[in-house]
Amino acid sequence: MASLIQKDRLWWHITVLVPYLWLLLFFLLPFGIILKISLAEPILAQPPFSPTFDDTGTLSITADNFAFLFSDKLYALTYLKSVIMAAAATICCLLLGFPIAYGIARSQPRTRSLLLLLIVLPFWISFLLRVYAWMGLLGNYGVINNFLMWLGITEQPMQILYTDFAIFLGLTYSYLPFMILPLYATLERMDLDLVDAAMDLGASRTTAFWDITWPLARAGVIAGCMLVFIPAMGEYVIPFLLGGPDALLIGRVLFDEFYVNRDWPLASAVAIMLLLLLVVPIVILQKNQARDAEQAT
Amino acid sequence: MRKQSRFILSVLAFGYAFLYIPLLSVIVYSFNDSRLATVWGGFSTRWYGELFRNEQILDATFLSFRIAATSATLATVFGTMAALMLVRFGRFRGRTLFSGMITAPLIIPEVITGLSLLLFFVTIQQWFGWPSQRGFSTITIAHTTFSMAYVAVIVRSRLSAMDQSLEEVAMDLGCRPARVIFDITLPLIAPAMVAGWLLAFTLSLDDLVIASFVSGPGANTLPMYIFSKVKLGVTPDVNALASLFILVVTVTLFAAWFLTNQREKKS
Repeated sequence: MASLIQKDRLWWHITVLVPYLWLLLFFLLPFGIILKISLAEPILAQPPFSPTFDDTGTLSITADNFAFLFSDKLYALTYLKSVIMAAAATICCLLLGFPIAYGIARSQPRTRSLLLLLIVLPFWISFLLRVYAWMGLLGNYGVINNFLMWLGITEQPMQILYTDFAIFLGLTYSYLPFMILPLYATLERMDLDLVDAAMDLGASRTTAFWDITWPLARAGVIAGCMLVFIPAMGEYVIPFLLGGPDALLIGRVLFDEFYVNRDWPLASAVAIMLLLLLVVPIVILQKNQARDAEQAT
Repeated sequence: MRKQSRFILSVLAFGYAFLYIPLLSVIVYSFNDSRLATVWGGFSTRWYGELFRNEQILDATFLSFRIAATSATLATVFGTMAALMLVRFGRFRGRTLFSGMITAPLIIPEVITGLSLLLFFVTIQQWFGWPSQRGFSTITIAHTTFSMAYVAVIVRSRLSAMDQSLEEVAMDLGCRPARVIFDITLPLIAPAMVAGWLLAFTLSLDDLVIASFVSGPGANTLPMYIFSKVKLGVTPDVNALASLFILVVTVTLFAAWFLTNQREKKS
C-alpha cells in the first residue's frame, strides 16, 4: 500500500503537507518563540520584551532569566513543592487505582462495561466543574464540615478548603481515571490463571501479587503514573481554586508572572524549566508506550 | 468467574463513592433555594430558570459551542490525515519529527501550550498584522492543534487493527489509491472518526487554561465565564449549570452504552 499510495502524488502531498505544516506552524514555531522570549530582557513596551536583534542588528540575548530562576530560592521551592504535590497525588492514585482496576478487570463482562463507563464518565464532565464540586464539599460551611459538626466531632469548622491538603485531594480526584484506565488495559490482558496456579502451588497472596501480578502490570503502572504526574506538575486550576493564596505551584507562578507581573521573559523561562523538568518522565512514558505497543502485536 | 476478595470490593466501593459524591452534592445543592450556596434553604428550581435568563452565560455557551464544533471538525480532518500518513504511508523524511509533534500535545502541560501559542500570536501580529484581535479564531486554532493529537491516536489504533486485505484487493483490481481511501478506508474508520470528533468537541468545550491564554478582551468562553465566577466561591447558579452538564453527559453516555450492549447481544 505504501508504495502504491506514492503513485498518487497529489493526494500524497495534500495528506502529508496539511497536518505537517499545521503542526510546524502552530506547535513547533510557538516553542521556538517561547525560547526566544525567555532569552530576552523585560522592558516597558508593547510587547514587553527586548528584541532578539538590537538596532544595530547584533544578537542581543541574555541568560539572566534563567540565572534568576536558579538564584531565587522562591522558584526552587516552587518547583520542589510542585514535584512533591504531583508525586503524592500520583502515589495516592496508584494505591487507590490499582485495586479498582484489578477489581474491574476481574468482574463479569456486563458489570465490567458498566464499571468502566462510570470511570470514563467524569472525564466527559467539565474538569473545571469537577474541581468546583470540591469547593462545595470542603468549604468551612461545606458538606464535610457540616457533617462533622452534626456528628459532634468538631465544634468549629475545620479549615480544609484553601490548604495544601485540598490541592492534594483535588489532584487525586481529577487524575484518578488517568491511572485506572491504563492499569485496567494491562490487567485485562493478563492471564489471571497464572495467579491461581501460583497460589495452588502454595504461594501466598502477597507473594503471588509481587511475583506475578505486579511485574505483568508494569507497563500499565508506568503509563498511569506518568499520565498523572505530568499534568499534575503544570496544574493551574486546582491550586488556584482549592489552594490558599500562598499555594505556589509552577503552573500558577507561570500564570501570575505573565498576567500579574507582566514579565513575559521570566514566564517563558519558567515554562522552559518546567518542560525540562518533565523531559525525563515524558521520555519514560514514550519508551514505555513503544515497548507496550511492540508486545501487543 | 472467581469471587472478588473483600478488600477489592471495599476499595471499589470507596473509589466510586470518591468519584461520585462531589458530583451528587453539586446536584443536591443546585435545588437549594438559599442564595448562600452552603446553607440549605428549601427545595427550589429557581437557579435553573435564572441560568436561562443570564445573557452572559448564553453568549459564552454559544461561543464555546461554535469553537468546539469548528475545532473538532478541523481536528478530525487533520488528525485522520495524520493517522493515515503514520500508519499507511511507510517511511518518509521527517516522519520521526512528525510523530513526535503529533503526540506531544497529549502530554505537555496546558500552561506551556497556552503560553507558547499566545506569544506566537502576539509575535505574528507584530509581523503581519494578523490576528488583529484574539478570540474565536485564535482559540479555534489552539484547540484544533491539541485535539488533533487525540483524534490521531484514536484513528491510528483503529487503522492498525483494521484488516488491510480489502484495500489491497481494491488496489489489485486497479482502483486509484485516492479512491481506495475514500471508498474503503474512510467508511471503515468512520466510527473512530466520530469518536475522535466527540472527544475533540468535549476537550474544546472543557478547556479553560489554553483558551484563557489565547483569548482577547471581550471573548469569554463558558469555562472562562464559570472560572471568573467561582474564583470568589461557591454560587448557586454554577451549581445548576454543573448539574445540567452532569445530566447531559450521563444521559448521552448511558444511551451509547445501552445501544452498544443491545448490538452486541444481537450479534
